[in-house]
Parts: sequence; C-alpha cells; structure tokens
Amino acid sequence: MNAVDLHRRLERHSGLLIFGILFVSAIGGLVQVLPSVLDDRLATPGPDVKPYGPVELTGRDIYIRESCGTCHSQQVRPLLAEVRRYGAFSRADEFAFDRPFLWGSKRTGPDLHRIGGRYSDVWHRLHLLDPRAVVPDSIMPAYPWLGERAADAEGDIQAKMRALRLLGHPYTDADIEAAPAALEGLTEVDALVAYLQGLGTSTGGDTR
Amino acid sequence: MPAGERYHDRVAGWLTGFAVLWSLLGMTAGVYIAAELVWPTIDFGQEWLSYGRLRNLHTNAVIFGFGVSALMATAFYSVQRTCHVPLFAPGLAWFVALAWQATLLAGGASLLAGWTGGKEYAELEWPIDIAIAVVWVCFAVVFFGTIARRRIQAIYVSNWFYGALIIVIAMLHIVNSLAIPVTWSKSYSLFAGAQDAIVQWWYGHNAVGFLLTGGFLGMLYYFLPKHADRPIWSYRLSIVAFWAFTYSYIWAGPHHLHYNAVPEWVQSLGMIMSLVLLAPSWATMVNGVMTVAGAWEKLRTDVALKFIVLSLAFYGLATFEGPMMSIKSVNVVSHFTDWTVGHVHSGALGWNALITFGTFYFLVPRLVGAELHSTRLANWHFWLALAGVMLYVLAMWGAGVSQGLLWLSLDEIGELSFSFKDIMASMAPYYALRLVAGVVFLSGAVLMAINLWMTVKGRVIVRVAPPAVAESAA
Repeated sequence: MNAVDLHRRLERHSGLLIFGILFVSAIGGLVQVLPSVLDDRLATPGPDVKPYGPVELTGRDIYIRESCGTCHSQQVRPLLAEVRRYGAFSRADEFAFDRPFLWGSKRTGPDLHRIGGRYSDVWHRLHLLDPRAVVPDSIMPAYPWLGERAADAEGDIQAKMRALRLLGHPYTDADIEAAPAALEGLTEVDALVAYLQGLGTSTGGDTR
Repeated sequence: MPAGERYHDRVAGWLTGFAVLWSLLGMTAGVYIAAELVWPTIDFGQEWLSYGRLRNLHTNAVIFGFGVSALMATAFYSVQRTCHVPLFAPGLAWFVALAWQATLLAGGASLLAGWTGGKEYAELEWPIDIAIAVVWVCFAVVFFGTIARRRIQAIYVSNWFYGALIIVIAMLHIVNSLAIPVTWSKSYSLFAGAQDAIVQWWYGHNAVGFLLTGGFLGMLYYFLPKHADRPIWSYRLSIVAFWAFTYSYIWAGPHHLHYNAVPEWVQSLGMIMSLVLLAPSWATMVNGVMTVAGAWEKLRTDVALKFIVLSLAFYGLATFEGPMMSIKSVNVVSHFTDWTVGHVHSGALGWNALITFGTFYFLVPRLVGAELHSTRLANWHFWLALAGVMLYVLAMWGAGVSQGLLWLSLDEIGELSFSFKDIMASMAPYYALRLVAGVVFLSGAVLMAINLWMTVKGRVIVRVAPPAVAESAA
C-alpha cells in the first residue's frame, strides 16, 4: 500500500483522521515540552532565591492585574549591550516561585528584572502615580488608584499563600498566620514598590 | 435523503454577524490603545480605560471574538456542504454559537475589571477558561458529528484543517490553563518560571498556528475554490502540506524564548522547526495561488476574490517573515521590539482579517439570496484595508528595527550609545503613523459592516437543501 492509498483510508474514516491529527500534533510537545516540564533543574530555586513574602506577593499580583508585563519584560538576555543596560543576565533559578512567569514579549518600556534597588521607594511611588512627573517624555499610563486602595482590600492573602503552598512554595503556618498583619496600613502602591524593589536581587552566589 | 431536509444556515449567519461586531469592538480597542501610546493621558485615570486592561480586551476580542466566531460560522457553513448533510445536533450548534458570545462578553468584562492569569493570549481567568473548554467540546461534537454522518465518502481537505483547529486548540488550552484557583478572579499557574514559559509559548505560538493559520486555511480551502470556480490545484500537495504543517508547527514555540533562561537545545530545536515550517506554509500558498491562476480575469469584477488573493500574499509574507525572525541572530534584534507587533499584524490584518472579509462578501449575499448591497463600497473597503495594513507594517518595521539596533548599539569604548528613554522618545512618529494606519483599517471595516447590514436588512436566510446526488458518489 503506497502513501496515497494510506491517506485515502485516513480521509474516509473520521475516527482515524481525528486520531492522526492528535498523534501527529502531540509529538512535538512530548519530545520538547514534556522533558522541560519534568526537568528539575529548571524548577529549583537558587540558594538566595526565596518565595515572595505577603507584601511582595500582593505587589506582584497587582503587577499582573494591571498587565505591566505587556510593556515591560523581566528577562535580561546574555548580550553585552543588555548586561550593560540592565545588569546581570537572567537565570532560570531566579524564577522558581514565579506563577505565572512574567518575562514578557515586548519592551515598550525598559526591562525590569534588575530594577530592584536601582531607584528609591519615593521615586517609584511618584513614577507609578504620575510617570510624567519624573520622566517628562514617558508614555506610561498613570496609576492613581494604586495610591488610594488598601493592599489587603481583597482579604485573600492567606488563601493565596495556601494555594501556593499546595504548589510547593515553602510557607510555614506562622508565615500565613502573620500575613494579614504585614499588609496592614499599606496601600497597593506600597506593595507594588516592595515587589519592584525585590526584583532580580538574587546574585546566584556571585558577590562581585 | 429524507424529504424536506435543509442545511442549518441561520446559525452560520448569526455567527457571521457576531464576528463583524467583534471585529469592530476589537479593532476600536486596538485603535484606542494605539492612541494611548501617542497621548498617554487619555485613559483619564479610569482603571478600565488603562492601556494594560484595554490591550487584553483588544487581543481577546479580535482573536477569540472575531476570529473564532468567523471560523465557527464558516466551519458550520462549509462542513454541511462538503458532507452533503445538515448539521448534526443543530440545537447544540446554536448553544455553541450563543454560549461562545456570552462567554466572551463575560470574559471581556472580566479583563476590564483586571481579572487576568497574566499569560499572553491566555489572559482569561479560570471560570472563563472552563466555560471556553465546555463550549469547545460542544463545537467538536457538532463538527465531527456532522462529518460522521456525511454522504460523501472522502472528507474534504478544508475539514481536516477545521478539525485540527478544534483538536489541537483543545489540547493547548487545557494544558496551558492548568492552575490552582484562589478566588473567582485569581488563580496560580500549575507551572512556574522557565517551565511555565516553555508551556506558555507552546500554547501561544500554536494558538497562532492552529487557530490563526490552520483554522483560516480551512476557510481558504473551501471558499477559494468556490470563489475562483475551480478545484484546488493540487490535491496531493494539500495532503503533504497539511501533515507537514500539523507535525512541525507544534515545535516552533521556543523561538519566543531565544536567549531567555531556557535550555539551549529547546531554543535551537524551536528555531530549526520554525525554518522547516516555511515549506508547508509556502506549499499551501502556492496551491492557493495556482488555484486562482487562470481565473485572474475574475479579479477585475469580483471584489471578494480580490480580498482573498491579497490575503494569500500577506499569508506568504508573514509565513516567510516568521521563520526569518526565528533565526537567533535576527531575533537578537527583533525580540522585544515593535517588529514583532508588526509581524503579528501583517498576519492578523493582512491574512486573517482580509480572508475573512473576502469570505463574508461572498457568503452573506448567498445566505440571504441577494446581491451585495454595494460593490463600490466593498471596493473602497479593499483599498482602505490594503492602505491600513501596509502603513501599519511599515510603521512597526521602522520602529522595531530602530529599537532593536539602537538598544544594542555600543560606542568605540564599549559604552551604550543611547539611553532607553531617548530611544523610546524617538518612537513618537512611528506610533502616530500606526494610529493613522489603525484608523484607516477600522474605517474600512465600518464600511463593510454597513454594506453587509444593508445586504441582509429585511431579508431572511435562504433554506437550502443538500444536493440530491446518489449516496457515496465517490
């Protein structure tokens, strides 16, 4: 039976055709994606990479809510110009607690992976609430509502930490117990700034 | 054939209408965010008008609202005619059509409220994701149920592509959306960091592959021969291209992660398979062009065919540009820049939107058994669409290539030549041009909506019976 005859059978039998499509389209995923998902080296945090505390986690979820990742990447590529501009290139072990990953695909604004510690808290706060107050040519949106809303307005921080513990993030009962208190009195902008200030501060053991 | 049996075309007609509405909504959102990049204060401090939220509405409305509604409409229309049998479970087909709109309306509102899983083109949160999966399975039941009852022995090639769309998108959507829910509006991805990135771009690239490419190739394989009134040029080429396409597309995702923190072998494999993909992509384009060849004189009179032929040209352009951008040394420049945005739009506007417009100009008059209201208006739409997409792509090439090269530029002592801020500020003319391009393209779509509305106004959908040919004619 030649290939054309084989195909004639395939195209006359809907069940075979469905199976054929599923089989052929699954191969790539099974060979390329599945081994990566099972590769522990890609999921092991570096020695100084810690799970996000309640304030940083809240800030990160605000970053996701406002889709900051649409315009800002978090991925410094190992290229000379990129390392000059942003700092050390990004390593897989720094993202083991990132659900979802926020590497992004577009830099309308600059990369943020090494933004932690680059600017003062006051600068960030001003910049987030009114970007053009500190960067006159900026086309970033202003986020005035972040300054008005309490960081724990949703009251779901403990549920979030419990969900993440289910996925293997090492939070203790005491961590979860203490979480609401850590957010008390903070606004959303405080939480977001705390997240940004912690971004990319892992050195991977390199202290130069 | 039971007496009085008729095709179920009303559901396809309504889906066509929904697709037109989504195209207007999605493109308006796109134009608005393009304007926000020119005048950043026009969100007026409103959360729901903020760039980040509207951008998610834009992409979801055009891909899942416009794109999928159009694919459902044309799949329902063509599967009946290629199988010589009315839709299986027509009630379920209506459920698919209406539940899809309801799900996306809720989804759109949730995106404006800031509900997002944070993965590109998979932003919708878990309750919406589950609704999508349910509707999709029903879509599969109607589609494959119709094929199973067919009266033609061979399954026509357009149905393989629609079938691949249904099967592969189900697989990708379910795996990539796996998450632990926290509240109704929040969940955490089952995968983390680098692994999440690899899974996401396996999904993301193949949403482009099997929805925006494969699904619309199904549309092409049915409507192009109908338009041109000639059979597909090479049936054998369509077989080879289909299987090569289905096999190789799925590997290409990691070209979105070049020089990112994922293993080198994953990146290189993604690049090689992206280059391989050029073969089936162009084989299909050649098959399409050769099908029209010999019917070129129709282009003078048939405005719908003009749209389809132009869409084939953009399909060829985008499927050449894509593999080129997946080459690591090209990607160093193009990645993270507006070049990517331009590439996506040469595909989405030039290929997906134009072939859909052409198909609608063909389909809607037939559905109601009337002539198109105005050929002149449709011709205006054609030239506006062509001008819009060309301006858009040129603006984004200019912006993207400048960004890529200027970001990497070092002076003679190895210091950065330009600050990010200065490069960003120099983008203003390109972003203004992009806004103009968007307005031009959108205004063409508005003309189409008016034209199609005037065509169907006061008319009902014609009830067509399957042809009374002998069973199993093949």
